[in-house]
Amino acid sequence: MIVLAYLIPISLLLGGIGLFAFIYTVRTDQYDDPEGDARRILSDEWDDQPKP
Amino acid sequence: MSDAAHPRLAVCPGCIPGVADPVNPAPTVARLALSLPTIHCQACISTLERALGAMPGVRSARVNLTLKRALVEAEPDLCAADLISMCEGLGFEAHELDLTALTSTQSDRAGRALLVRLAVAGFASMNVMLLSISVWSGASDATRDMFHWISAAITFPAIVFSAQPFFHNAWNALRARRLNMDVPIVLALVLALATSFWETSLSGEHAYFDAALTLTFFLLAGRYLDHRTRAAARSAAEELSALEVPRAWRLDATGQATEVAVADLQVGDLIRVRPGGRMPVDGVIVDGRSECDRSLLTGETLPVLAEPGAEVSAGEVNLTGPLTLRATAVGQDTSLHRLADLVAIAESGRSRYSSLADNAARLYAPGVHILSALAFAGWYLYSFDLRMALNIAAAVLIITCPCALGLAVPAVTTAASGRLFRAGLLVKHATALERLAEVDTVVFDKTGTLTAGTPEVVNLSELSPRQRAVALALAAGSAHPLAQSLTKAILAAGERPAPVADLTEIPGDGIEASSEGRRVRLGRASWIGLDLNTGAAQTATWLDIGEGDPFAIFFADAPRPGAARLVGQLQEAGKRVVLISGDTTAPVADLAARLGISEWHAEVLPAQKAAHVAALTQSGHRVLMVGDGLNDTAALAGAHVSISPASALDAARVASDIVLLGQDLVPIAEACRLATTATRRIRQNFRIATVYNIIAVPLAIAGLATPLIAALAMSTSSVSVSLNALRLR
Repeated sequence: MIVLAYLIPISLLLGGIGLFAFIYTVRTDQYDDPEGDARRILSDEWDDQPKP
Repeated sequence: MSDAAHPRLAVCPGCIPGVADPVNPAPTVARLALSLPTIHCQACISTLERALGAMPGVRSARVNLTLKRALVEAEPDLCAADLISMCEGLGFEAHELDLTALTSTQSDRAGRALLVRLAVAGFASMNVMLLSISVWSGASDATRDMFHWISAAITFPAIVFSAQPFFHNAWNALRARRLNMDVPIVLALVLALATSFWETSLSGEHAYFDAALTLTFFLLAGRYLDHRTRAAARSAAEELSALEVPRAWRLDATGQATEVAVADLQVGDLIRVRPGGRMPVDGVIVDGRSECDRSLLTGETLPVLAEPGAEVSAGEVNLTGPLTLRATAVGQDTSLHRLADLVAIAESGRSRYSSLADNAARLYAPGVHILSALAFAGWYLYSFDLRMALNIAAAVLIITCPCALGLAVPAVTTAASGRLFRAGLLVKHATALERLAEVDTVVFDKTGTLTAGTPEVVNLSELSPRQRAVALALAAGSAHPLAQSLTKAILAAGERPAPVADLTEIPGDGIEASSEGRRVRLGRASWIGLDLNTGAAQTATWLDIGEGDPFAIFFADAPRPGAARLVGQLQEAGKRVVLISGDTTAPVADLAARLGISEWHAEVLPAQKAAHVAALTQSGHRVLMVGDGLNDTAALAGAHVSISPASALDAARVASDIVLLGQDLVPIAEACRLATTATRRIRQNFRIATVYNIIAVPLAIAGLATPLIAALAMSTSSVSVSLNALRLR
């Protein structure tokens, strides 16, 4: 059962990474324009370099 | 700020009469918002962003496709009109939005906080559930204890963080010596955590960590749904208000007009109001002649003459000629705002409506506490085992906990509001649907509500071709609503304008020109030279083509699309339909006859309107008021539930519970039907939740409930309640 000592922390860590990623996306306004963001990827305007 | 800027601060600050405000530095960047209702794809986004970004003075432009808006940061001297004309040049319809009216849409902090709490509760409950499942499937001894300790370590911080809204609400309720839904929730959480912790420390078998977290998660989901529905309605309502940017043209001493915010106007200011503009303040006309449309204020459809010396009130629309006013009352003192007092009185008269959820909580909260206390007392007296008695009390609280009750109402309102929004109705108030379901009497306003507010020519066929051609030539150049409607009607009849010369519009009177050597005129009767003794029963304009008698062209206010069908459907559904208007008797009677409304009142003053509604309410009727004008606001606020069209004045929209976004009126009938179904679903949901409780509570009181049974009861009831609500979509 010593395997639990590794697996439980690992599962918590992975879940935690997901949680913090979600909180990060909420904090940085990434859900303000879901429709626009889905469409923007179809435009090739900033394909070669990132938007300044 | 250096000391030199405030030399007077060296002396006693209290002695300075009126401490000077630090001069605000001129804004270095202006933020402008545009509403772009027609954008729909990525090409629109990039075209607009590239074009806006390339405009001189624009620092950055960002298009939001979901909200159909563009946010532009620009040099302070850039004007929204330039941006709008640029967008329209590209083929996009654009309107300026007042950014100060969009505050809550900009940063929905409360919604975000709820979402983060929901995420934390979801994460924690999933992990604890995994550990609990291994405990239920047979983990024992040291392994079980370890799992319990890990669960405790996850649960405590997660609950402390995510259940804060419940703690707050429960504390506020207790401080006011009331009970609400949150009090049993908090008690269940605290008791569950305390007994589980105690059990764990004694290597006990049952711990309710997972139940406490799942409970928090489901309840937060209900709160979040509730919040999102209301935030969506609020943001749409704000956008409607933001479209009316309050600006006015003030004349300075040299007669130069500058554009200022309406809030900056002062009594005595000279204000220029262009044709088509709304009076920003109450005032006296000092220069210019025109006609004013005061239908939004009084319901009258006939425009009134405005000439120097005449008084106008804020909210009237200037129709034909430019006017210069001297402001006599601004801001809170205008007649527009004085009507707000009437609204406040009407609102206080509205019987305090207690929602279905409140009623359920009133029954439920004391019941649960008594049940759990009885279980505790009974078991303690029976066994004198404090630990077991406390465990059973906690189990009772957790199993009865209002997960499903918390979801029952918001899940249904979210589904119903979403469906109504697609039908073109914006539900602003949380309990509006429940109240709408109880309605048995519908009171309509006439002008602007049942009618479109645009006049329609009645007797075009009586005009000779020559008269039509001259009328078209005269009317084509005017912005007056009667002239515009006449132009449209004659053009639709396929007539060409007659050649005319010296076309001049005399504001307030009419239009004249010369045609084939004769003077031709179109305008009011007194100006044509007629002594009108027939009475102004019907809206009319007179045409004089220089030969024969002047001819009257009559207009009627066209009913909105769907008005007749709506009235028919409401009457079919057994509702009493009443028409109350401030307009004169003849047009009201005419419209009532056309729509098949037998009960109507004309020439009703605003206060009488509210009194009518109050009288109906007092005789036991539940009144739905549909109105748009300022004269309706008191009645809107006083009715059991109220609807106003999007074209209504801001004050009327604020006073009403539901806003109709489109032109068509038929969605109102659908809303009434949907509201009845939604209320039935809410009641069904309460029954489903009760059934689960009836099965599970005896088990809990008998001491047979395990954390597994609690988790099953809680999840199945929440899921079945949500699914039942989704059937509405």
